[in-house]
Amino acid sequence: MTIHRNPVDDPGFERGLQKLTPERLSAVVHQVLDTEAAARLKIYLATCVHCGLCSEACHWYLSNRKDPEYSPVGKVKETMAKLVELRDTVTHDDLRAMARIAFTECNVCRRCSMYCPFGIDIAYLLLTIRRFCHLLGIVPLYLQDTVNSHSAAYNQMWVGQNDWIDTLLWQEEEAQSEVPSAAIPLEREGADIMYSVIAPEPKILAQLIGNMAQIMAVAGMSWTMPATDGWDNSNMAMFSGDFEIMGRVERLHWDTALRLKVKRVVMGECGHAFRGSAYDGPKWLGWLHPPIPMVHAVDFYHELITSGRIRIAKKIKGPITLQEPCNIVRGLGLGEKLRFLMNAVCEDFRDVEPNREHNYCCAAGGGVINCGPIWKAERVRGNKEKAKQLAATGATTVITPCHNCHSGIEDIVGHYKLGMHVKFFSDLLLEAMEIPDELRG
Amino acid sequence: MYEFVTGPLALAAILIFFFGSAGRIAAMLLLAKKDKVVYPYLNLHYGLRSLFHWVLPFGARNMRMHPFFTVFSFLFHIGVLALPLFLRAHLVMWERATGLTAPALPEALADTLTVIVLLVCFFFLLRRIVSPEVRYVTTAGDYLLLLLVAAPFITGFLATHQWTEYRPALLFHVLLAELLLVLLPFTRISHMLFFPLTRMYMGAEFGAVRHSKDW
Repeated sequence: MTIHRNPVDDPGFERGLQKLTPERLSAVVHQVLDTEAAARLKIYLATCVHCGLCSEACHWYLSNRKDPEYSPVGKVKETMAKLVELRDTVTHDDLRAMARIAFTECNVCRRCSMYCPFGIDIAYLLLTIRRFCHLLGIVPLYLQDTVNSHSAAYNQMWVGQNDWIDTLLWQEEEAQSEVPSAAIPLEREGADIMYSVIAPEPKILAQLIGNMAQIMAVAGMSWTMPATDGWDNSNMAMFSGDFEIMGRVERLHWDTALRLKVKRVVMGECGHAFRGSAYDGPKWLGWLHPPIPMVHAVDFYHELITSGRIRIAKKIKGPITLQEPCNIVRGLGLGEKLRFLMNAVCEDFRDVEPNREHNYCCAAGGGVINCGPIWKAERVRGNKEKAKQLAATGATTVITPCHNCHSGIEDIVGHYKLGMHVKFFSDLLLEAMEIPDELRG
Repeated sequence: MYEFVTGPLALAAILIFFFGSAGRIAAMLLLAKKDKVVYPYLNLHYGLRSLFHWVLPFGARNMRMHPFFTVFSFLFHIGVLALPLFLRAHLVMWERATGLTAPALPEALADTLTVIVLLVCFFFLLRRIVSPEVRYVTTAGDYLLLLLVAAPFITGFLATHQWTEYRPALLFHVLLAELLLVLLPFTRISHMLFFPLTRMYMGAEFGAVRHSKDW
């Protein structure tokens, strides 16, 4: 029954284990189990009756022929339950297995909390294991690199300030080729909106910034982008367990918005960035809510269309389906608004089943895709269920309003030969929206 | 012997159950202060909304996905709560001790519920052995717990119908029930105490913070 995991050697694990001393292990076990984790850890472990009803919530379990080792409670058994029992007598093999499970086989998508009859937050237990591994220095190499980048450059992908500004100017020109009056206003204090993006946009998907410049111009919004650090709203430290850096990144992002005296922050199509900016970051900083409202792109597009600021000129043809990002559907309840948008711009929107809060994760989120190419084969194998779900819609295009989903779904579409185009919603909106003649110049 | 077991020993078991439960809940609520997010995120409306969906048969998608389990599990929990409280023989003892009385379960219904509780115990046992995802996470303690729960119902049924010698069966029944009561707050059966807390916290986080639902 049990599928044996393919061996994957992550240098990040091995280097950490080589440096690990028994004293450090004892200290970290004490710090995490006795100091940082409190009532939630204790009550969850005491309450779980090992009923296994969370299993079918997990795409890893469903995709791996229902191997119990991949069920949420199975993962807890091999990680947190073991750690609480063995404490500092855990072996290096145990630690290797814990790190592998917590970082690469759980997307912390929180679907299982909706299937556990007691509402146990299993993702929290796995994130606490990540925190433990981070403090031990056992983190996947690629994931750690993104955290190092956050720490040194205040963005996820080592983008320098000159490259950042240069990319914005370039995308301003690109946007002007469609809408001549489009502009990307830098450092405009007192604008209504600060637009923030994740580092992969300037690094590899710069056209998305140009897309937004066109949308903002057509909608006639007052907006700005910072020229300084603090423009990146992504946060991989949140997923590596490095909460100190997570807090630092979020604080700068919000400080930048406050410095620009904007009324709200609108963010691009990304799920985890919303989670980091609106929940996990503020939580760590001791804020109940972010200091000013954070609006996800999907929410923003919905506002632009329903208020009439953007009009749809022609609907897109062809069967189109949707990948619902956990962090804005389970995490923000945008399921209805997403469907409104899909129906507003698509002639033939094919819904997925199960959907809304119950949708399956892309298997890339939660920092899993950031563990790098060495884990790709396992990750893609771990989401066969998603391939089945998408194939059943018969769509030829899938919309992913999240960067992690976008990359994860592209990998799945490629591996399972689904023959679908993977697009962001702004790609559709640009095709469908009316650009008034007076703006064409 | 019987007088001792149903008198002072029963009182001691009830007190341990009561104070043990209160102590466990109080300790958890106190510890939750250290978990900085718990109290700020609590929200009664969303907490109760989630709890309501999860105490309603088929109120959550997972229950609809497992119709047999849902029906069995609800019947079981109704049985294990209603029988100790509303069985006629138990009410007579309460009345003798405290003067308080309550309407009793009809005998036929009580018998049916007892049989259901025992059949579902057997179903739970089979599930632990047969279902790979349950077997993988089952510990020896889980089997013992199932036995601990089933034992008072088996002996109670035997005593009521006098299929075995009445006195010893009754004595075993009372002792095993007292054992269950004493251990309840300190084993996984404490999900009875903690379930409303965990569910309501999750419901509050999903509803008030994430504008979403958790069923």
